[in-house]
Amino acid sequence: MSLYESEAYEYLLDHYENPRNYGTLEDADISYEEGNPSCGDVIRIDVRTQEGRITDIRFSGKGCVISQASASILTELVKGKTLEEVKQMTKDDVLQALGIPISAMRLKCALLGLKVLKAGLYGIHRWPDEE
Amino acid sequence: MQETRPAVGFDPRVLRADFPIFQREVHGRRLVYLDNAATSQRPQAVIDAVRQFYECFNANIHRAVHTLSHEATVAYEEAHKKVARFVGARSWREIVFVRNATEAMNLVAYAWGLWNLREGDEVVLTIMEHHSNIVPWHFLRKLRGICLHFVDVDDQGRLRLDQYYELLERPRVRLVAFTMASNVLGTVNPVQEMVRAARERGIVTLVDAAQGAPHLPIDVQALGCDFLAVSGHKMLGPTGSGFLYAREEMLQTMEPFLYGGDMISRVTTEGAEWNELPWKYEAGTPHIAGGIGLGAAVDYLMNLGMDRVYAHERHLLAYALERLRPIPGIRLYGPEEGPRLGVISFTFEKAHPHDVAHILDEHGVAVRSGHHCAQPLMHRLGMDNTVRASFYIYNDEEDVDVLVEALYKVVRIFKIR
Ligand SMILES: Cc1ncc(COP(=O)(O)O)c(C=O)c1O
Repeated sequence: MSLYESEAYEYLLDHYENPRNYGTLEDADISYEEGNPSCGDVIRIDVRTQEGRITDIRFSGKGCVISQASASILTELVKGKTLEEVKQMTKDDVLQALGIPISAMRLKCALLGLKVLKAGLYGIHRWPDEE
Repeated sequence: MQETRPAVGFDPRVLRADFPIFQREVHGRRLVYLDNAATSQRPQAVIDAVRQFYECFNANIHRAVHTLSHEATVAYEEAHKKVARFVGARSWREIVFVRNATEAMNLVAYAWGLWNLREGDEVVLTIMEHHSNIVPWHFLRKLRGICLHFVDVDDQGRLRLDQYYELLERPRVRLVAFTMASNVLGTVNPVQEMVRAARERGIVTLVDAAQGAPHLPIDVQALGCDFLAVSGHKMLGPTGSGFLYAREEMLQTMEPFLYGGDMISRVTTEGAEWNELPWKYEAGTPHIAGGIGLGAAVDYLMNLGMDRVYAHERHLLAYALERLRPIPGIRLYGPEEGPRLGVISFTFEKAHPHDVAHILDEHGVAVRSGHHCAQPLMHRLGMDNTVRASFYIYNDEEDVDVLVEALYKVVRIFKIR
């Protein structure tokens, strides 16, 4: 069965075509942008925090369905969460939220959003859960 | 189908049987391999040549009197001779084996550029170069303070020759280095004409034939270039094999590239004398198996005939363009007219190249998506990423049909109208 013809993929396509929390924040506390040089995907994330909690978040960027949809889904996941909770988020949290199996070739597309978020918030520049 | 074949007796389907990889499936489908501009597949004859070396006469070359070493040396030299015939060199001593075209071009930058370019000297490149023919010259710009010029392309991706000739009039141009064909658009440049104009003005010429040599007949004497860089792995040879052709006079007068064993004739504590050609430029134990495999690849291609290879690809390109044009939302890049390799870059407005490539992969179709290591060209043509399909001897109309069918699937999934 083609991944791209599954219902789960429709969910991603919807996030791709109608991204949630899309744009930038004028008075962001943190804003960070990074790309994946091998494919040119770019994601920027702006975050506003209050008392250790993410009160608002926006993302912008360009790239494939998986990178952009996963960033969109990520913004929904982390909004309202504490910085401590977000710091604990793993690769699997993102992959689970995507709802489709992500092959090794596309893993970096799927994880770029979380990487950018963690780099911006905590200065962690590694790929999530990388050895 | 049969009557549309370009060259008599050239049957891609028969050739496919020579390539073990086509026995495998990808996602339960027949493998349709259209990423040949990145690297080709290898026929059994090449795999056998490599294996035969390791199984039957594995030894180091040039270093011992025993039988195996002698046989290995003969086979390795013979591979140089085959390559020399393949490109029409005057002598096999004009062929230096290297790992790939990148190394060949670095060899020129280090062994010629480093010693001959001074501050204010100018090098002419083109905007369609692969990064491997740009970055070594950045290095010399930094180290020596040379100045780089990039010949532009027109909107179809053909070189602006008017600009090229104008640049040649600048008094301090010492080197022109350009590709025989674009790995993104397939554009084939008028190499012979461009080289002649440069040499008339005493300018040294380097041709990047990484995309040219696998697909076009090459005669370095007719081209007249000083240097020609080639990767073996794009022309059926093993990975890690490639060569630099250089006019013997250049190789005689240049300094070495890498220093060490095998490249000297005599060493004292004070200094060394260089070995004879081409060993002066092949320091250390080379990729003997790779070189021998490359020789077998050249045999295979020469047996087919390079003009038939090119004719086949032209034919397939025309067929593919005709089938791709009507696909809704597709944008095709590359020259509509003039010489062109079987390379097609394309995009869809609504579907990212990665997603397209992924969907194609699900259909067993291997293509490349990305910037193809040619960012200045991509930038110039306002392209970000593209999908690239590139053909070789074993591809046929049926492969194109599978590609096209899968692209209609993309159109449906992304609701492109
Ligand atoms: C035009 C051109 N030049 C140079 C190269 C570099 O080849 P290699 O990576 O084998 O050194 C390539 C390979 O993609 C190419 O297409």
